[in-house]
Amino acid sequence: MINFDNVTKIYPNQNRAALENVDLAVNKGEFVFLVGPSGSGKSTFLRLILKEERPSEGRIHVAGKDLARLTNWKVPHLRRRIGCVFQDFRLLPNKNVYQNVAFALEVIGKPRRFIRRVVPEVIDLVGLEGKHERMPDELSGGEQQRVAMARAFVNRPMILLADEPTGNIDPATSIGIMKVLDRINRTGTTVVMATHDAAIVDSMRKRVIELEYGKVVRDQVRGVYGQAY
Amino acid sequence: MRSNFVFQEIWVGLRRNLTMTVALIVVVAISLSLLGTGLLFVKQVDSTRTYWQSKVEISVYLCTTASPNPNCHGSITPAQQQQIQTTLSSMPQVQSATYVSQTQAYQLFKQDFSNDPSYVSTVKETDIPPSFEVKLRNPEADYNIVASAVTGAPGVDSVIDEMTILDKFYRLLDGARNAVIVVALILVVAAVLLVANTIRLSAFNRRRETGIMRLVGASNFYIQLPFLLEGVIAGLLGWALAAALLIGVKSLLLNNLQQYFSYNVGLSATDLVEVILLAMFVGVLLCGVTSFVTLRRYLRV
Repeated sequence: MINFDNVTKIYPNQNRAALENVDLAVNKGEFVFLVGPSGSGKSTFLRLILKEERPSEGRIHVAGKDLARLTNWKVPHLRRRIGCVFQDFRLLPNKNVYQNVAFALEVIGKPRRFIRRVVPEVIDLVGLEGKHERMPDELSGGEQQRVAMARAFVNRPMILLADEPTGNIDPATSIGIMKVLDRINRTGTTVVMATHDAAIVDSMRKRVIELEYGKVVRDQVRGVYGQAY
Repeated sequence: MRSNFVFQEIWVGLRRNLTMTVALIVVVAISLSLLGTGLLFVKQVDSTRTYWQSKVEISVYLCTTASPNPNCHGSITPAQQQQIQTTLSSMPQVQSATYVSQTQAYQLFKQDFSNDPSYVSTVKETDIPPSFEVKLRNPEADYNIVASAVTGAPGVDSVIDEMTILDKFYRLLDGARNAVIVVALILVVAAVLLVANTIRLSAFNRRRETGIMRLVGASNFYIQLPFLLEGVIAGLLGWALAAALLIGVKSLLLNNLQQYFSYNVGLSATDLVEVILLAMFVGVLLCGVTSFVTLRRYLRV
């Protein structure tokens, strides 16, 4: 599903590589934790998958497509197959829960009837039934993240990227968020989650990729956050 | 394509920076109406010029007993008159040379100043000299040749080219036209900058929305269209104002100006429509292209 073939990324005006010779594959339906200290290249890894950045060297394949050969014109179509969740939720403050989720479908031109059918399903899936009309500022952090996940998942992407989704949320609520991510993973969606949260990584027992200074220092099938911490 | 979604976004965008939008519309309106006025001026000057070009003549005034010119020794004799007539008619540059007698000239004079009888009453028939009204095939090129052929000939008082009189008038009109166009161009530049700024502000105001749109895979076209149309709609509103102003300029200013001339070289309604349509084209193109270029800089993939 995601293939990194000896990828190096050096940002302009920087002498150190953000990613260095990263060579790995993530299969369809896998759940992968991306761990490592700040500045180790986790976000760069995710941005490369979205083609928000181009690698300085190496090749990246996502969903069977060579990103180097993907024209700018086609990039939106790639992104429709990838859902994204962030630490800061990124909801639209002037739209309610339903509208926030529907927005993702409206802007890719889905018909209204389809939106009316699909959006409530996804809102239920993330556990926000009965809260369609709430505005984001009337929701707790955990609930806001659930809305963001519903938005990321509503178009049934093949891949879900989560950049520290529990970073702003207390541990108890984080468990709920992880349950939703697990539920999404079980529908066959590949999930890549960058995180600092050792407790979550340890409890899930999923594949762990550890980055340090842009290099992959560990890739375990059923790993934990790491002995060093 | 969900059209009502796009229109909703445009409406939100235009409303959110209302002050900028109003400023934009006003500047577009003023620059387009000035540009239009300049174009109307050009058309007016052109039509006046063609009108005169066909009418312009050399007047060869002949001596009368009242002529103060030392070249004149009393009234022109019939032999001298005959001589001038043959000289003129034999020249290839001359299309026609018509003799206007004192009586005819006086009649024409009375006609031209019919609205000022007190002035007419002070002028006697003998005060008006007879003349040859010479029509040239190519007035601009041949004036000097023809004029020098008759200047100083016995019985000729003076030779007057109407072109030289009109030249001053043209210079005035040309100057006014150029001034209007220069001001219009400066305003067009201001309008372009304002469009760019408005779109930039609009894009900044909605960076959250556009960020999410990019993320969920909305096409560039879909992301940019509301902004593009925002610019074009502001341009169209400005154009509509400009069209109203231009109609005002035409019906109040140019038509009033027309009353001071005895000849009819007024601009037709088609001329006005042409200028207004051209202004629309310029306005929409200006706003559309500027929005597009600005968006390319501020809404990258």
